Amino acid sequence: MTVQELPGAGASHRVTPPPAWRPRTEAAPLLPDPEPYRVLGTAAAEHLDPALMRRYYAELVRGRRYNAQATALTRQGRLAVYPSTVGQEAAEIAAALVLEEQDWLFPSYRDTLAAVARGLDPVQALTLLRGDWHTGYDPREHRIAPLCTPLATQLPHAVGVAHAARLRGDEVVALAMVGDGGTSEGDFHEALNFAAVWQAPVVFLVQNNGFAISVPLAKQTAAPTLAHKAVGYGMPGRLVDGNDVAALHEVLTEAVQRARAGGGPTLIEAVTYRMEAHTNADDATRYRTDSEVEAWKAHDPVELLERELTGRGWLDETAVREARDAAEAMAADLRERMNAEPVLNPMDLFAHVYAEQTGRLREQAAMLRAELEAEDDA
Amino acid sequence: MTTVAQQAVKPATMAQALTRAMRDAMAEDPTVHVMGEDVGTLGGVFRITDGLAKEFGEDRVTDTPLAEAGILGTAVGMAMYGLRPVVEMQFDAFAYPAFEQLISHVAKMRNRTRGAMPLPITIRVPYGGGIGGVEHHCDSSEAYYTATPGLTVVTPATVEDAYGLLRASIASDDPVVFLEPKRLYWSKAQWSPDAPVAVPGIGEALVRRTGTSATLITYGPSLPVCLEAAEAAREEGWDLEVVDLRSLVPFDEETVVASVRRTGRAVVVHEAGGFGGPGAEIAARVTERCFHHLEAPVLRVTGFDIPYPPPMLEKYHLPGVERILDAVARLQWEN
Ligand SMILES: Cc1ncc(C[n+]2csc(CCOP(=O)(O)OP(=O)(O)O)c2C)c(N)n1
Repeated sequence: MTVQELPGAGASHRVTPPPAWRPRTEAAPLLPDPEPYRVLGTAAAEHLDPALMRRYYAELVRGRRYNAQATALTRQGRLAVYPSTVGQEAAEIAAALVLEEQDWLFPSYRDTLAAVARGLDPVQALTLLRGDWHTGYDPREHRIAPLCTPLATQLPHAVGVAHAARLRGDEVVALAMVGDGGTSEGDFHEALNFAAVWQAPVVFLVQNNGFAISVPLAKQTAAPTLAHKAVGYGMPGRLVDGNDVAALHEVLTEAVQRARAGGGPTLIEAVTYRMEAHTNADDATRYRTDSEVEAWKAHDPVELLERELTGRGWLDETAVREARDAAEAMAADLRERMNAEPVLNPMDLFAHVYAEQTGRLREQAAMLRAELEAEDDA
Repeated sequence: MTTVAQQAVKPATMAQALTRAMRDAMAEDPTVHVMGEDVGTLGGVFRITDGLAKEFGEDRVTDTPLAEAGILGTAVGMAMYGLRPVVEMQFDAFAYPAFEQLISHVAKMRNRTRGAMPLPITIRVPYGGGIGGVEHHCDSSEAYYTATPGLTVVTPATVEDAYGLLRASIASDDPVVFLEPKRLYWSKAQWSPDAPVAVPGIGEALVRRTGTSATLITYGPSLPVCLEAAEAAREEGWDLEVVDLRSLVPFDEETVVASVRRTGRAVVVHEAGGFGGPGAEIAARVTERCFHHLEAPVLRVTGFDIPYPPPMLEKYHLPGVERILDAVARLQWEN
């Protein structure tokens, strides 16, 4: 795969006024491939790095186990809600692994796994969904923005961070994740436009998992693919198989490197499928058929990689067992720590509204404190 | 040869004071960035950022694409990375596309992250009417901002405050909605930009005129109207006190309460509609805290509860001297 360079990334392609308007004759260089890019199961797979792929394999197995454990925690009432990424683990993990230490990840509410794959403590990553606070970690420390619930609103933040970093001379790339439904929001458009105009080092990763809650992609957009949306902004659009972790790694790495080298933003559409319901609160049988889900099972991201690696003799039983054991250990630790009641301090309600508390808040805090003391005395 | 002293004190407009505040803040702190629509080459449609792009360059004074959510949303990211963006919203009613960013992110980021990630963003919004602007150019949108916890909301009414409050806003570690009364942009004062008058900071109200008969509580564009009303009231034998809030959030209850306890009567005056407007909150607070000192109910003189009217009708909508005096008369002087 070759990098699609922007035509004259500087100002040269914006001559005003144009000499004369001519319809485009040659193929647009920014257009995405007609088919999702694939590596696993193709000849290109021979060139993969076995060690890297084994690492991805272990992460995928752990990610799958993490999804199962988090879903189990909702059934036990330990999590208020969990938007599962079963079937989407490859995109979640590749997004985290292609970034360097100084880079920033901007996850949506669904992307807890990406945050965990980036190295965040699973319990801290679940704070929002457990409900004891909105964000369980210091975003600056981990360079992971808070998991974002309002759709697409994290995308302009990613552009801002990337832009600011570049102004300061730091080689930082921001990778922002969004769902297929989120691409219809105005903030998606504004973020892509700002990023392209500023040539900000941002990678936009759309996980097209088929549905926005119940609404299928066909009712979300009339564009041929979501990757096509890049063209209008003047950035490359890439279409990639979102279940093929090797293809994701390649396309994402290329986009990150391009951004780091000053080549500007890229929009990547990862075509995948949400195997479970939108969240545990959703009934997916109302809007899709079992046969559709079954068809996607044959294209499972963990099995795709396992098949490739075992076939090539790059993965033996020991490595498989080690990956499963590590995943089990993570799950057991998560279960145990999530079963401890979080310690809450109701006075925190007033602690982080303003740098300095206002008079109103001081009064209201005093009222709550008195109520709490009365409760203690009773 | 002009001496420094001769240069120092000269008439300056509120617009010039605002420009100067941004200029000084940018000169002192390299993390301060100005961004918005037309703020660069043009200097803003009101010329409030005039000359800044020339002095500090495009990287620090940026003409953004025309997209308010994008402007504020990218400013959020820039603040996350340690910059201090000063964002210009071109007009009050054109800030609305950015409300999702404002309410869901700007106002809440400190809270969501347990204080780990405060956002020092200043959002400058020219607001209010009285300039003959057409539809969508004259909204008094302060109630939307004051109803949003996490935002600081300030509004200067004088040239000195324009400078002092904007400097304080830019220096604040919290997001500040800085409401600029656009009809006061060209109001003048003898002012020394080289040694700016030290003004009280955010969260302090000021008694602009002392009096004994009643307190007019006001802010921003209505301050000059209230001062004029207070002068006119002397003919009726009424000696009115005028309190300028300067900051709506935090609200300086103590100054207001002390004044009303002295005078026993209060009228809140603002351009925004009365229902659910800041005056409703202030009247309620004054009633709660001054009930036994009050000789009459707290009254409000506000804009009507209507969409901002067309320019030829705005004079009927805006609270003027007559309506203020009528309200004062209704405070039952004979008792
Ligand atoms: C601005 C906004 N509108 C509505 C919602 C409610 N909502 C939550 S998730 C969702 C669907 C999102 O679908 P998509 O972007 O495809 O992401 P996915 O859930 O598939 O990962 C909706 C409508 C929201 N969170 N934010």
